[in-house]
Amino acid sequence: MRPQPVRPTVEKDATLKRSALLPVAAAFLVLLVLPSFIPSYYVYLFTLIYITALLATSLNFCLGYGGLLQLHHAVFYGLGAYTVAITAVRTSLPLWCGLLLGPLVAAAIGWVMGWFCVRLRGLYFGMLMLALGQLVWTVVYRWYEFTGGDDGIHGLSMPPLIDSLTGCYYLTLVVFFVCLGIMYLMVNSPFGVTLQATRDNPVRSESIGINIRRHQLASFVIAAFFAGVAGVLFVVLERSVSPALLFWSKSAEVLIMCLLGGMSTFLGPSLGAAAVVVLSTVIGIHTEYWLIVLGVILLVLVLFLPQGILGYLEERIGSGRGLKGASEDYVEG
Amino acid sequence: MPGAPARQKTARCPRSIGEDAGDMDLSAIGSQLLVGLSRSMILFIISSGLSLVLGVLRVPNFAHGSLYMLGAFTAFTVATALGGGPGGFWWAVALAPLVVAGICLLVERGLLQAIYHREHLMQMLLTYALVLIFSDLVKLIWGVEYKSLMPPPALTGAFTFLGTSFPRYSLFLLIVGPLVAVALWLFLNRTRLGKICRATATDREMVDALGINSKWVFAAVFVLGGWLAGLGGVFMAPTVNIVLGMDHSIIISAFLIVVVGGLGNVWGALVSALIFGVGESFGVLFWPRFAIVFPFLIAAVLLIIRPSGLLKSVW
Repeated sequence: MRPQPVRPTVEKDATLKRSALLPVAAAFLVLLVLPSFIPSYYVYLFTLIYITALLATSLNFCLGYGGLLQLHHAVFYGLGAYTVAITAVRTSLPLWCGLLLGPLVAAAIGWVMGWFCVRLRGLYFGMLMLALGQLVWTVVYRWYEFTGGDDGIHGLSMPPLIDSLTGCYYLTLVVFFVCLGIMYLMVNSPFGVTLQATRDNPVRSESIGINIRRHQLASFVIAAFFAGVAGVLFVVLERSVSPALLFWSKSAEVLIMCLLGGMSTFLGPSLGAAAVVVLSTVIGIHTEYWLIVLGVILLVLVLFLPQGILGYLEERIGSGRGLKGASEDYVEG
Repeated sequence: MPGAPARQKTARCPRSIGEDAGDMDLSAIGSQLLVGLSRSMILFIISSGLSLVLGVLRVPNFAHGSLYMLGAFTAFTVATALGGGPGGFWWAVALAPLVVAGICLLVERGLLQAIYHREHLMQMLLTYALVLIFSDLVKLIWGVEYKSLMPPPALTGAFTFLGTSFPRYSLFLLIVGPLVAVALWLFLNRTRLGKICRATATDREMVDALGINSKWVFAAVFVLGGWLAGLGGVFMAPTVNIVLGMDHSIIISAFLIVVVGGLGNVWGALVSALIFGVGESFGVLFWPRFAIVFPFLIAAVLLIIRPSGLLKSVW
């Protein structure tokens, strides 16, 4: 076992920056009036960005802040989405029940999986998560009567309020801001700071009486919950689900988003998600070889910019906030 | 998309078979066992390479599945270039893994050697970048159509033993698998380079201190790992469709086999490959539709009850 690296203590502002509220409110207002000025295709694209950004931020909650090697986060995204679709198709419950149930189901299954996973460390944690996640995927992929199998479920109808694209846009926008706000408060709460302490120095955290497993499990379940929210929003936008939502390569894609934006920053994953969604759309128009482009971007990132775009900017500006070195050292075998 | 290979679906047994065990079709069990064992052998060949790389280089190489896919596609090209004659398969066995090994040398010297000191997440993401690049390169070179590779005439068809027919190719794999295992054992225990590999896996700094250039040990191990992945690809090719996406379907299984067996322990990989292959083929026997669930279920249960692997990990 390698010796524990000495790392800087987490710099945290004791008070949440009130000055940050103004730009956030301004951004919200701009995005609120945006659909009136842009073509509907861009409204769709923005909605997809909010959903993907929420998914990436939820992954970063347990990956960047909790230090968990979460290799299969998309499972909870898919579970949220499938809960809505299955409630709509297989039960007589009203659709909004499905919308509310989605995140809860994701969190509940996340709790069961997490309960086993947090007993393991590092690479073993990631591998158990991969095994459990692929287990869920195979069940969804093969259980035709219940999940629609590899065809998925298509053609769901939404309640009138969110039936139009604009309605869906507003719902997604509001939920996105609320969820990110909640996660931001959590990260800066005593719980969040303790969580970061368990990531930075598990041995010392344990010796001062922190229950590491409990904190890790909590971050795991919270992340699963918000991934479920993103999955629900995805169904509202697309009205269909397919097993590809919870295949492991989807999880890898979300990991890339976190890395691209910067895992040591709160808004980095959102930026990464926006970049990946926009790039895949723009490049996808010109070539069918989008993956090779993404692969090269990923190579460059890992080799030259491991702190991500936002992480790099923060370093250059030297504001000193954010979590230094969150992306280092997950794994102590 | 991933799934049980088509040839595994041959045994169609009702779910109720477990309830009246007295009527259980012994020949079905026998042939299913053989199919499972032969699949285990391919899984072992592939995951032993992954295990070596993980043990010595400490890099979780997600591109291992891509190397396997490259092996299968190269085998197709080699066999086709030679006119598709009966010797094509043997030439593919000889050449395709070497091509993959050559690619590995470039990858190791060009990219991997830059990230040995980095954390696992970064190593995984770098190798995942290779997964993306290789999959599009394969699409660029070979297109998206299904390819197939015929086994040589001597290995096609079936032979009958005790009233049950067994595919010849499965028997061939049952001979090749142990041969590879023995060769690996001889390499790791009887050659100087093999001993250095094991020493590097256990204590890299000590090996450096003894004046051995571990740089080239790493390169050699990665090349060997890639050669094994390519070999697995060639041997798998006659039993499945050679198609884009075969990398995605094998890599998770290979990783789980390696982790369940004990990180970096080649014999652990053998044990868990046997568990996986036989487990999956008996899954086909008892519950055909959910057979592909079994490997993941087995892996999850084994990881929960033995969190650090069945056999001793070298980490």
